[in-house]
Amino acid sequence: MIAWTIYSTFVGAFAVLLAPRTWSRPLALVAAFAGFFFSVEGFFSRTIDFAHFTTIVRLPWVPVLGMNYQLAVDGISVTLCLVTGITAVSSVLFSWDVQERPNEFFFWLLLVVGGSYGVFLSADLFLFFVFYELVIIPKYFLIATWGSTNREYGAMKLTLYSFFGGALVFIGILAAYVGAQKAGSLSPLDLQQLVHLRFPVELQNWAFPVLFLGFGVLAGMWPFHTWAPTGHVAAPTAGSMLLAGIVMKLGAYGALRVALNLFPQGFQMWRHWIAILAVIGIVYAAAVALRQRDLKFVIGYSSVSHMGFVLLGLAAATGLGLGGAVFQMFSHGVIGALLFAIVGRMIYPRTHTRDIYELSKFNLKVALPFAAVAFVIASAASMGIPGFSGFAAEISILIGTWTSYPVGVVITGIGMALVAAFTLRALKGAFFSDQPQVEPAAAVLPPITLPEKCGAILLMGVTLCAGVYPQLLFDRINPALRDFRLFHP
Amino acid sequence: MNYADLFKLSLPETTVVVTALIVLTIGLTNRRRTGLCTLIACAGIVVAAFSFNWMPRSANFAEGMLVVSPLGSLFQIICLALAFFAVLLATHDNALADRAEFIAVLLFATIGLMLLISSDEFLMIFLGLELTGLSLYVMAGFNRRDARSAEAGLKYFLFGSTASAFTLFGLSLIYGTFGSTNLALIASSIFTAPLQPMFAAGIVMALIGFFFKVAAAPFHLWAPDTYQGSPTTSAAFIASASKVASFFVLGKIVLAGFPDLGGSAAWHGLLAGWKPVVAVTAALSILVGNFGALAQSDVRRLLAYSAVAHAGYTLLGLIAGGPSGFSATLFYSATYAFTLVGAFGVVGVVERQTGGTAFENFRDLRSRSPFLTACMTLFLLSLAGLPPLPGFFGKFYLFSVAIHSGAASTALLWLVALALFGSLVSLYYYLSVLKVMLVGKKEWETASVWHPRVPEGLAVGALAIIVALLGVFPNLLLARIAAALS
Repeated sequence: MIAWTIYSTFVGAFAVLLAPRTWSRPLALVAAFAGFFFSVEGFFSRTIDFAHFTTIVRLPWVPVLGMNYQLAVDGISVTLCLVTGITAVSSVLFSWDVQERPNEFFFWLLLVVGGSYGVFLSADLFLFFVFYELVIIPKYFLIATWGSTNREYGAMKLTLYSFFGGALVFIGILAAYVGAQKAGSLSPLDLQQLVHLRFPVELQNWAFPVLFLGFGVLAGMWPFHTWAPTGHVAAPTAGSMLLAGIVMKLGAYGALRVALNLFPQGFQMWRHWIAILAVIGIVYAAAVALRQRDLKFVIGYSSVSHMGFVLLGLAAATGLGLGGAVFQMFSHGVIGALLFAIVGRMIYPRTHTRDIYELSKFNLKVALPFAAVAFVIASAASMGIPGFSGFAAEISILIGTWTSYPVGVVITGIGMALVAAFTLRALKGAFFSDQPQVEPAAAVLPPITLPEKCGAILLMGVTLCAGVYPQLLFDRINPALRDFRLFHP
Repeated sequence: MNYADLFKLSLPETTVVVTALIVLTIGLTNRRRTGLCTLIACAGIVVAAFSFNWMPRSANFAEGMLVVSPLGSLFQIICLALAFFAVLLATHDNALADRAEFIAVLLFATIGLMLLISSDEFLMIFLGLELTGLSLYVMAGFNRRDARSAEAGLKYFLFGSTASAFTLFGLSLIYGTFGSTNLALIASSIFTAPLQPMFAAGIVMALIGFFFKVAAAPFHLWAPDTYQGSPTTSAAFIASASKVASFFVLGKIVLAGFPDLGGSAAWHGLLAGWKPVVAVTAALSILVGNFGALAQSDVRRLLAYSAVAHAGYTLLGLIAGGPSGFSATLFYSATYAFTLVGAFGVVGVVERQTGGTAFENFRDLRSRSPFLTACMTLFLLSLAGLPPLPGFFGKFYLFSVAIHSGAASTALLWLVALALFGSLVSLYYYLSVLKVMLVGKKEWETASVWHPRVPEGLAVGALAIIVALLGVFPNLLLARIAAALS
């Protein structure tokens, strides 16, 4: 059933494109909900074997080259499909006000969502790469057409970075493909088969960093993260939500599923470097966020910082670290989407500014109490306060990393303090400032609409649930991780 | 030697010749009946394509003068299909004053291409090359009222005839070495002879003519002006069918004729042979084409420079060698040809409506014609190599055979990395066109929507469907190529 996440979303995308203008929004919501439904169904399914990457569909595609249309699922896939579904539904809800060319807007949006489902479910390297690259172009048009600040620059930068990362991934995948062909494998693109193949160490040593770097670009790895803040800021609200919520996870997921799994020895050789880059990313991005005045830039850099945790968790190469990394992908997907939704959809269209100092004049805690409450919850989750999903993720990453990189953990602790600092600064500046209210218009800000409330409540509920009962996710993630090559040398 | 046999084996070519003569006669007797000419030309092409059913699957006439093979038939049909679409595009091309004459010349060029594909004999190959060339020179300069069309024709002619001279000289050197113009005979006698300087010079010179045809750098200088100045239909045909056939022959000569004289193009491991020559040309083409295209502000010129880059990618398959390398080259050039004819179809409509092909003429195309915009988006994204379009699959295939070919998987990595870098650059300029079309805004004087004429619309729509199908199901074409090659 979970394969229907992909089909329903793509069918929905084309239906939206061809439908009359007034139907586009409801149709898009239906399509997003259908995907969400199938992902929830998969997440709570009793028939799916979460512990093993199990094939659910396999059709020959290009037999001459050993390509198959092959989908598979395990606990990690269902977790990430779920976050994709959640983000998709909420991003449609938060773009309810799109007036300009809504058909095209929702078409591109659903293409991003459908491609992401495809990446999380692919078990064939070529199919994986098709879906991975499919996401690039819709992002460009979403940002360039419906974006805000400096949109054409941001869109082009993001697209070229993604494509650059894709090119590196391409080389890595080719290396695996050709390596498997030379080793005599009959299905040289089948991930489940490739995992059991032992590639020569020389190949692993050069192919792993290329592959990982390629995925790292999309995951916002320092120093290739610069597309993320500008892209997030330039994007329309739904675009930022998708970028932070799903697209950055595609890179992290690829690094985990493909790079680590195929080239474990290369990973062991290079993981120190990954840890170093991850720690630098966490601290650097948090420090930069502390100096931003534009709220979207603050959140954009915080995304980079949080994705640093994912990479650190991967570099730890322990069960706890990897589990925490996957949890953090889920958690940040929800939190990042919520933060961008509040700033981009709830605040900006009403105040016409995202500058922290300008916002302080609006007395938003009174003018928009719902937005203030939502932002407090999102900030708490983002800072890693116990009881929210961010805490469960980051604590298990840090514990998992402690045995390998104690110094890294200590430096990361400083980074977490910085995260708290910039989050509190944004929170206080934008919502709870001491300044007397100077903007007279503040009293008559339009109220928060129903779709916005629904979307925000969905996201807040998920981060709370995952924070209060993280076992729900770990029960699915950890068995799948135990099956990884890394732990069976 | 039996003329009945000859007629039977050259049934498609004969059909096209007869069609061309009928069209020419009608055009001479009554200048207004261009619709009838189009109809007859289309019917003739369809009959020629179906006549392959009545031919033996493989045959060899007069020691390689005329060879029928499954692969050759497949690519002759592809050339016929491209000619078919070109005829459809020609129906409303305002640059063509005498349409019947144009269609006849187009059909003559098609015959040349079919001969190129169906011969294993250097003399016949050269004849095909010349027949195609002469027809294409005429087509490029067909618009007699436009100085730029004359410029296009003249440039194409001057460069082309020089390249042909080189090729002829090269072929004569090869003949001098082996005493034969038959590809199979040469291939079998190569084992006994080492690589002599005269023979090496012969190969390199013979290759030049084909590099010119496929617009590989540094023999590409005609391309921008010819693509820009010649009538849209001519440009579409020059850029597509002529390239497919040339890649076919190029591959046939180097891979079937001199497979063991390739040498090696590996990084730090260059060995004398034709592979280093092709590799240098490919690398130059990728760089010159992509960086040249970056500076363009006219869609036709941009397509010309990007064609140079695509020629570079396509050559990678030949360097990789072997049946899989050849099939990668053929798949890529065929899908590229369909894509480019479609793109030129859209360019033609835009040119007629706005009077130019600069980026500005494409501004806000989406509000004028969503259909053309959707098709053009498809074509350009395929050229940029994005999934799920054939350009993406073709590149994956080309690059994987290139990596697979060397003894070490890093042997040709330098070329693949360069090609990937080129694709990254190309994404920027393709996106620039798409941005103007889809994102740009413009105040229009009238609110009317453009409707492409029926034949044009049919051709562009059919090509878009072909391109989309080949992207999602590459096996449709690839399985046929692979079956024919094995």
